Amino acid sequence: MFEFVILVLMLAMFIAMIRFLKGPTLSDRVVAFDVMSIMGVSLLVLLALYFQRSLYLDIALVFGLISFLGTTIFGRYIEKGI
Amino acid sequence: MLMIFGYIFITMGIVTFLISAIGLIRMPDVYNRMQVGTKSTTMGTILVLFGACFIEPSWTWKLLLLVAFILMTNPISASVIARATHKDGEKLERDELRDVGL
Repeated sequence: MFEFVILVLMLAMFIAMIRFLKGPTLSDRVVAFDVMSIMGVSLLVLLALYFQRSLYLDIALVFGLISFLGTTIFGRYIEKGI
Repeated sequence: MLMIFGYIFITMGIVTFLISAIGLIRMPDVYNRMQVGTKSTTMGTILVLFGACFIEPSWTWKLLLLVAFILMTNPISASVIARATHKDGEKLERDELRDVGL
């Protein structure tokens, strides 16, 4: 069950990766990065269920925090430059 | 019984993620892609985390903290990207407001 769910989630991340590589503007790439990082949080929770380790939940929390900071900093870069 | 609820919630969340990724490919311009990429992924994450709560009841508080964190930060980052894109001068592909005369 979990193997199949993780494979479908990785397929969705791959489709978002296509938009990340192809996107015509910078905002497209930032949105695709945001989607991939949120899917990564869910992927870490599913991996925690699959391996039965609750340590991965802490990693998911820190990963979500870092990706939020990255998206916000990219937004500021688009708006004002460095 | 709780396991079955958990599997149902996780499957719904994964289907939401897949629809969101397909919409990220199919939508015509930046703002539509932004809407697809933020709303539906928030819903998918919440469904997957609730499913994990049903499967492992001892992890509930940590998962609820993660849900609260996602609910706080995800709209903020979407708003920041949308505002920056608008100030950068990106246009909608077809101006709907001009069509109705506003």
